[in-house]
Amino acid sequence: MSPVQPPGGRLGARADDVYAALIAAHEGLDREASRALDARLILILADLAGDADAVIAAIATAKASGGD
Amino acid sequence: MARHESRHFPYRPAPELAGGAAQRRPVAIVGAGPVGLALAIDLALHGVASVVLDDNDIVSTGSRAICWSKRTLEIFDRLGVGRRMLSKGVTWKVGRVFLGDRELYSFDLLPEHGHRMPAFVNLQQYYVEEYLVERCADFPGLIDLRWRNKVVDAAPRADGVAVAVDTPDGRYSIDADWLVACDGAHSPVRAMLGLDFAGRAFEERFLIADVEMKAEFPPERLFWFEPTFHEGRSALLHKQPDDIYRIDLQLGREADPEVERRPERVIPRIRAIVGDRPFALDWVSVYTFQCRRLERFVHGRVVFAGDSAHVVSPFGARGGNGGIQDADNLAWKLATVIRGAAGETLIESYDEERVRAADENILNSARATGFMTPRSEVEAAFRKAALDLARENPFARRFVNAGRLSVAYSLAGLSLQTPDDAAGGVRPGEVCPDAPVADAEGHAGFLLDHLGGGFRLLAVSDVAVPDGLDLPVVRVAGSGLADCDGLVDRDRLVAARYGEGVLYLVRPDQHVAARFQAPTRAAILAALARAMGNRPAVDEAVA
Repeated sequence: MSPVQPPGGRLGARADDVYAALIAAHEGLDREASRALDARLILILADLAGDADAVIAAIATAKASGGD
Repeated sequence: MARHESRHFPYRPAPELAGGAAQRRPVAIVGAGPVGLALAIDLALHGVASVVLDDNDIVSTGSRAICWSKRTLEIFDRLGVGRRMLSKGVTWKVGRVFLGDRELYSFDLLPEHGHRMPAFVNLQQYYVEEYLVERCADFPGLIDLRWRNKVVDAAPRADGVAVAVDTPDGRYSIDADWLVACDGAHSPVRAMLGLDFAGRAFEERFLIADVEMKAEFPPERLFWFEPTFHEGRSALLHKQPDDIYRIDLQLGREADPEVERRPERVIPRIRAIVGDRPFALDWVSVYTFQCRRLERFVHGRVVFAGDSAHVVSPFGARGGNGGIQDADNLAWKLATVIRGAAGETLIESYDEERVRAADENILNSARATGFMTPRSEVEAAFRKAALDLARENPFARRFVNAGRLSVAYSLAGLSLQTPDDAAGGVRPGEVCPDAPVADAEGHAGFLLDHLGGGFRLLAVSDVAVPDGLDLPVVRVAGSGLADCDGLVDRDRLVAARYGEGVLYLVRPDQHVAARFQAPTRAAILAALARAMGNRPAVDEAVA
């Protein structure tokens, strides 16, 4: 029995581990270094996705979801 | 001001002060909160006597712990108070997460049926303590509950602990074989032993209020990020019995606790949430949260359980529930050692199992608190990204952390369990899932009614149980009439959850110790020895 909390996502409950690792990786970095880290990470993840159309769709999703 | 009238439990002068011979006690428990009382009852069910020493004579003031998880309710049911809690409390299983005034998503903590206990019951801690105190009275020869008995010294020795106790009539001392400190986050026993309570403190202040009002909020956990009624912060609302609502409001780092708990500050904040309806403030407190634990929970003959051993922030309901699971884990082990059926190494397994559980609780509650209180620009940016994505993109909801709620803890991979690599079913270390059954007379009930208390063999459908084992067998058969001395799998959910043709060795706390597809007497005895903390020197059974 594994309670669903909340549904969605391919990482399951490990999403929390990924989130914590992201925050930890930025700890102690200044703004420029943080931005550079994120940029490198995005390129690595884009390659991991291995599907150009999916990555381009993801860019559109990110752009459309920007809050105010 | 509290709506709940705490009655005073009767103080009686200790017999030791009237010249009675000092009697050695198997177990002394410090603190008559939920953890100490649950432990005393569980020990009594095992036939072990305890004396419970509490420095005051009333139940907790204010609601304090309110969210009791399914696993905790199952433990309380075994102890005899679970159904009373279920009938008085507010049952819920759905959580809703809002951003501003718009709902982002909801989640269901128990999407399947066929369990006696729900995902959660909200019930004020003072009711739980009252029910437990009343249950203690069912064991007059075994539970010696002493109010206004304050432990002022605990001197550990090799084979026990000398305890000094202050009462209104003077000081006395008792010798106990074991002392269990269930004396809370500020544990005096922990201080007496000079133990370090390491961890992390969060600077953010939170207001916690119990508000009495007639309202139509649903029996759900409602959590807001940046609510319109409480700008830029977070809010949490829980429904309790007696028309009482728990409201948690994040106040920020600079908030002055003295100022913030004044009614003239609190009332407008509550008014912003509840609107024009009349309400009364029942209890208010301003908190900062900490996540800490003792390095070890077992110090010779002194054992720590509940908040004395570990504290967490409240987001996730892991404090009270973690403490009750400590008591559940410790009671049978203490009883087994006191009975002489296992060595003291069994108590070491309490340290192993509950330290790991505490670490999981601390990790989850610290992460939730961290998400609510970002400390850096980057942390704030990631949080905003998760929240912005969450409404339209379900995957992102996994990154939003409004509290990871307490679930049954798995002891898989730890010393007492016999590992296996079988797929499906219930893995060694996991808690036995509940399921509907009927007994030989056709009375409907649940599987967990038949497990726990002692070691049991659970035989699911067609599996042969070897002869010559001194263990009660609970057999569950697929359909009615098939097995007149066993249980009927009413909705076939035992087979679905446990697999068919499997024999389980179940611990007294309803965790699976081992399971067998082709059980032999030797393999079961080896697993039993291991589950009791003994080295598996069982090959003689084979030889």
